[in-house]
Amino acid sequence: MAPQAVYIHVPFCTHKCHYCDFTAYTVGGQPVDDYVSALDKEMALTVADTPPGIIRSIFIGGGTPTVLTPKQMERLLASVRRHFPNWDENIEFTIEANPGTTSPELLRVMREGGINRISFGAQTFRPDLLERIGRVHGVEEIKRGVELARQAGFANLSLDLMFGLPTQTVDDMETTLKEAVALAPEHFSCYSLKVEEGTLFYHLQERKELPLPSEEAELAMYQLTRSYLAEQGYAQYEVSNFAKPGRESRHNRTYWLNEEYYGLGTGAHGYVRKRRHANIKGVKEYIQRLQDNQLPIQESYQVTHEEEMENFMILGLRLMEGVSREKFSCLYGMELEQAFGQVLTPLMNKGLLERSGDRYRLTEKGLIFGNEVFADFIGGIEL
Amino acid sequence: MDKRERQAIIRNFSIIAHIDHGKSTLADRILEKTGALSEREMQDQFLDKMDLERERGITIKLQSVRLPYKAKDGKEYILNLIDTPGHVDFTYEVSRSLQACEGALLVVDASQGVEAQTLANVYLALENDLEIIPVINKIDLPSADPERVKKEVEDVIGLDASDAVLASAKAGIGIEEILEQVVEKVPAPEGDPDAPLRALIFDSVYDPYKGVIIYMRVVDGTIKKGMRMRMMATEKEYDITEVGAFAPHPVIMNELSAGEVGFVVANIKNVRDTRVGDTITDANNPADEPLPGYRRINPMVFCGLYPVESSEYDDLREALEKLELNDASLTYEPETSTALGFGFRCGFLGLLHMEIIQERIEREFGIPLITTAPSVVYKVYQTDGKVLEIENPTLMPEMQKIERVEEPYVKASIMVPNDYVGTVMEICQNKRGNYLDMNYLDTNRVTLTYELPLAEIVYDFFDQLKSSTKGYASFDYELIGYKASNLVKMDILLNGEVVDALSFIVHRDRAYQRGRALTEKLRKLIPRQMFEVPIQAAIGNKVIARETISAMRKNVLAKCYGGDISRKRKLLEKQKEGKKRMKAVGSVEVPQEAFMAVLKIDDSK
Repeated sequence: MAPQAVYIHVPFCTHKCHYCDFTAYTVGGQPVDDYVSALDKEMALTVADTPPGIIRSIFIGGGTPTVLTPKQMERLLASVRRHFPNWDENIEFTIEANPGTTSPELLRVMREGGINRISFGAQTFRPDLLERIGRVHGVEEIKRGVELARQAGFANLSLDLMFGLPTQTVDDMETTLKEAVALAPEHFSCYSLKVEEGTLFYHLQERKELPLPSEEAELAMYQLTRSYLAEQGYAQYEVSNFAKPGRESRHNRTYWLNEEYYGLGTGAHGYVRKRRHANIKGVKEYIQRLQDNQLPIQESYQVTHEEEMENFMILGLRLMEGVSREKFSCLYGMELEQAFGQVLTPLMNKGLLERSGDRYRLTEKGLIFGNEVFADFIGGIEL
Repeated sequence: MDKRERQAIIRNFSIIAHIDHGKSTLADRILEKTGALSEREMQDQFLDKMDLERERGITIKLQSVRLPYKAKDGKEYILNLIDTPGHVDFTYEVSRSLQACEGALLVVDASQGVEAQTLANVYLALENDLEIIPVINKIDLPSADPERVKKEVEDVIGLDASDAVLASAKAGIGIEEILEQVVEKVPAPEGDPDAPLRALIFDSVYDPYKGVIIYMRVVDGTIKKGMRMRMMATEKEYDITEVGAFAPHPVIMNELSAGEVGFVVANIKNVRDTRVGDTITDANNPADEPLPGYRRINPMVFCGLYPVESSEYDDLREALEKLELNDASLTYEPETSTALGFGFRCGFLGLLHMEIIQERIEREFGIPLITTAPSVVYKVYQTDGKVLEIENPTLMPEMQKIERVEEPYVKASIMVPNDYVGTVMEICQNKRGNYLDMNYLDTNRVTLTYELPLAEIVYDFFDQLKSSTKGYASFDYELIGYKASNLVKMDILLNGEVVDALSFIVHRDRAYQRGRALTEKLRKLIPRQMFEVPIQAAIGNKVIARETISAMRKNVLAKCYGGDISRKRKLLEKQKEGKKRMKAVGSVEVPQEAFMAVLKIDDSK
């Protein structure tokens, strides 16, 4: 079956944040128009290879996709519609946006092009912290962005928040959560800062100039986030994701359920017909490849049966609902315990994993030691 | 040519040198000069066969080469170059190969001068009445000071160095002169070619097709194919299938007679039956007396070797079986540790020998190992009159049952520049050494003689010595017997459970200090777990030191980057790899290095 989800990457930003190691380039002087054309070409080549069926979710991520001009956005959305014409009636069509980049004009174009969900990179509501992590927007712009989106008719909004930021305290996090909840988005993604190689933060950390909060404080921020959001009616459905009932991100669930998706644009990852691929990262090279009528794939490989089973576990266990034994045996033709018996029992003995009925899921303890659990599944099949 | 004529043109010699003083390069030049190897075959350092040897620049397995040489006097000579291993662990082998010679080249670095190791081997050579030809090597280096080194050879060793050859093996200087001096000065072998056979075994190697190949020197009589030979010490008998020499490639010969050096093959399945130093004789016409000097060599250092993956136990046994074929001084016995599972307690000649075996198992057989800290053999006199030989600390009886414990002692000679005498004395003092003697070699260099417990040398003595003297100290030791010491067994508890593989024996006066240092070291080495882990050091039931590894609070993966599953997997794979290198001891994951941690404790702190 063809993938039912589409990821489209827009690698441009107004500038790069201090923690960011995504494929992202500051927009000034970039061949954005050519890039939008190249995306159209990639879509054409991709669907010629694997024709799409009904599409249930589309996600335009970045970078900051909203740095496109209304004109460029219109072209991009038209391409999407042309190459992926059959949409589920409840399609979730998300775009990532940075506060301060969403003009009413752009929002209108997005709405008309079929986008029905915006994920705002708010990160924190503390002005000093925003500045410290290299964001260009202020707290007011977050509020304004949400307001404009509502006015433009977007009924499904998500905010990204970060914790474990340099100098951040548990109190800071509480302020942020309160202000964020006051804006009443339908969904939250809350990530802890991870210092990645090649970022400004990485260099600062190497020089011991990055005052990160203690592990205890970071854990306290996470637990606070979980309890506060639950109180406010946002149920946690994944390690880092929270939603009002029925507002869980369908696109994200694609990943966690180990289902397939098209991946388009520079540095994008796709999973189509059991092959995982990564696109080339450079914008110019990407455009060149498509002008030559070639798919811009950097590397790809066929996922083995074993790896597929492992992925099913390490991704599925991130969901609070856990993984279904029945689904596993249905997909892979053997009992979950038969494949992973040697892994499951010790994890349950350590109190990291629990079974209830058809499902295995992380315990409270397993949730905060997720990596310990997931790593055990890697190479954990003994038949 | 009859046997006696042949005997007159034979010269048997070896090369004595400190590590790095250029022995292997010199051997290569000699092979080149005599035309034994063609240009194409002239691979650097032909005599050192194993990779490991080449990497470490030391010879482990000795060999002999038969070289034809046409001297300036117009006569053709047969030179047998017998290689010797250059490390203190192999002193006995060295003494046997020296016994097979009439002469030796003493190679001394023109900048560094005489070192302790060289000295030890020179004394061995002098004991064997060898003619010694001094060679001052590396004279082409800017720091070379051949006159000073010559004087040192005269003062320190007492040799006449006026004729010393000034050479550079690397640059090919002085090679011919060396060969000429060998012909002139090294006496032709004595020995009666018509007497009953006596041949000295100085090495053997195992060949999968031919069985054991014995390297030997014929002292009296003649050895030939078809002869029934007898090893006089082991009393084993075999029919000889091949006799020959290495030139340097093996050449089959009809016979080898008095004075000649070569190899013998006789369908022997185990190197243990061909002991170095044993005498081969003719079973049908045996000699009355074996050659002097045979000694059984016993391992001095023991440690536990365990496969990281317990499923590789059988592979480890096979590896040890194979290594044993070629190494008569390696011993092993199955052993079980509650912490590490099934493994082997192995015995070695010394620390270097131990490291070489470990590395070969990991490298050549691909079996990752966990090694416990090395131990010596303790003699435990129990109150009930029994005497136990304990080579594994775990097996130490309860304190109440022990009347006294004795440990092996060595006499160590340390050669060191004047400036470091104080430092070295302090190290020796810290290592429970008894000062014996101090000798000035010249105005600048001193030989210190100490009596030290072997166990202290097994701990990082050599490393400490080298690092605190900027590498200038050299040292040598010989076993001098057992002495009573106030020793106790120290146990290490992780999370309240004794980890047998971490137990060690220590002098009571050092126990507190070492217990504290070790628990601290382990706290740094063992990664945090999902729970708090106390580390305790205890003597009997008494805890003398305690540290705590705080609990890991969380470990969660961040965002999934636009469906980049492979990145997530890579992170998890890395984590899993890290875990693989750990050994689960009870519920605690312990890294391999932890089991060797006791070695890395600095006693001076």
